Amino acid sequence: MANMFVLANPKRFMDMSERLLPWLGSATAITLTIGLALGFLAPPDYQQGTTVKIMFLHVPAAWIAMMAYGLMALMSFVSLIWRHALADVAAKTAAPLGAVFTVLGLATGSLWGRPMWGTYWVWDARLTSFLLLLFLYLGYIALRTAIEDEARAARAAAILALVGAVNLPIIEFSVNWHTLHQGESILRADGPQIATVFLWPLGISALGYTLLFLTLWTVRIRTEILDRRARAIMLSGRL
Amino acid sequence: MIGALLGRDIRLATRAGGSSALALAFFAAVVTLVPLGIGSNLDLLARVAAGVLWVAAVLAALLSLDRLFQADFDDGSLDLLALSPLSLETMAAVKIAAHWLTTGLPLTLLSPLLGTMFGLSLGETETLVLSLLIGTPSVSALGAIGAALTLSIRRGGLILPLLVLPLLAPAVIFGAAAVQAGPSGLSGGALLLLSAFSVATTLPSPFAAAAAVRLNLAG
Repeated sequence: MANMFVLANPKRFMDMSERLLPWLGSATAITLTIGLALGFLAPPDYQQGTTVKIMFLHVPAAWIAMMAYGLMALMSFVSLIWRHALADVAAKTAAPLGAVFTVLGLATGSLWGRPMWGTYWVWDARLTSFLLLLFLYLGYIALRTAIEDEARAARAAAILALVGAVNLPIIEFSVNWHTLHQGESILRADGPQIATVFLWPLGISALGYTLLFLTLWTVRIRTEILDRRARAIMLSGRL
Repeated sequence: MIGALLGRDIRLATRAGGSSALALAFFAAVVTLVPLGIGSNLDLLARVAAGVLWVAAVLAALLSLDRLFQADFDDGSLDLLALSPLSLETMAAVKIAAHWLTTGLPLTLLSPLLGTMFGLSLGETETLVLSLLIGTPSVSALGAIGAALTLSIRRGGLILPLLVLPLLAPAVIFGAAAVQAGPSGLSGGALLLLSAFSVATTLPSPFAAAAAVRLNLAG
């Protein structure tokens, strides 16, 4: 339990992240380059042709978009229960990142959908629930920016993130129930239903995207901490 | 104490200048605009009726939500309510109930008239009324959380729909689907799912709303 809060000390976080960041950044650059190069070199699919390569950009973006909401909700929970300022900073900075990955997922999906389904947009289950996910992110960001008092904004946003996290599976289920997206092909009980030539680039891209998210997240958390320190100094009148 | 608060909120919403009649008028006005927009073909209207009525009902209920806590917050009554022997959770539950009794219930009662004007059959109208009766409490409940979260925001009325509408997607889906499924027997399933959604959102909502009210009173 004590280990969980090692990083809760902003000073220690700043020290550790400063040393970690160059490694994280290089790992991101290398993995993403390899993943995308492998994806580019992968053979065309017998049904989908070269458009299948959009998958290496699209699928990881969608995964990260969902993971970011999960992380945001988790951090919100920690900040609400234990009142950790750093957890709140982490939740706050995860939201715009998650929103960007959601937009990326929607945009690449729409470009993929045009040659595959003959239309940029269909009101299918995953597309619709992703659009709703984007609105949940936007609502969170809007609520945070609208409340001026930082402590109050933090707690209000945390409550909203948790209400959203509880409702997200229900929304997902209802939208699924309502409605052309292909079924689950990777995480299946009988093993991945996807050719190995595609699985490798996809896995490496996914790792690259995850590292990219972690790098950007760390940078944003550091910026937010520095920003808060700068504001505290300004308020104390020492500047 | 609970009865007094319930009575007070209902009187505030129904007396002159209250939000109840306004929400009903808004509901009827929005629904009236739809045939003007998409044409008066009754077959087409009957197909979209359930979706249109559900969306309009959600919007109408949202319209009156900023009054739920905001008016009491602005004139200080909310501080007095917080000091009363009632817990904030009970207060939130009573206010949600009052909001539903003055918007959700009247909207449900008006819906058969509008449904008939859209060419719904008697059976479909029955399902529509039933779905609204089951589903609108979740609108008041999730709306109350949004209203409480946006208490201290000057333009909270604009943010509130953005917070609440995505959460209400299941209610609209199941509610409209129940009517569209028609006599095929599928509507029962949709209504059951709608009931589950309504219960699962309405019961915990007073706690979330009370937590949000508390943080806004603390400052």
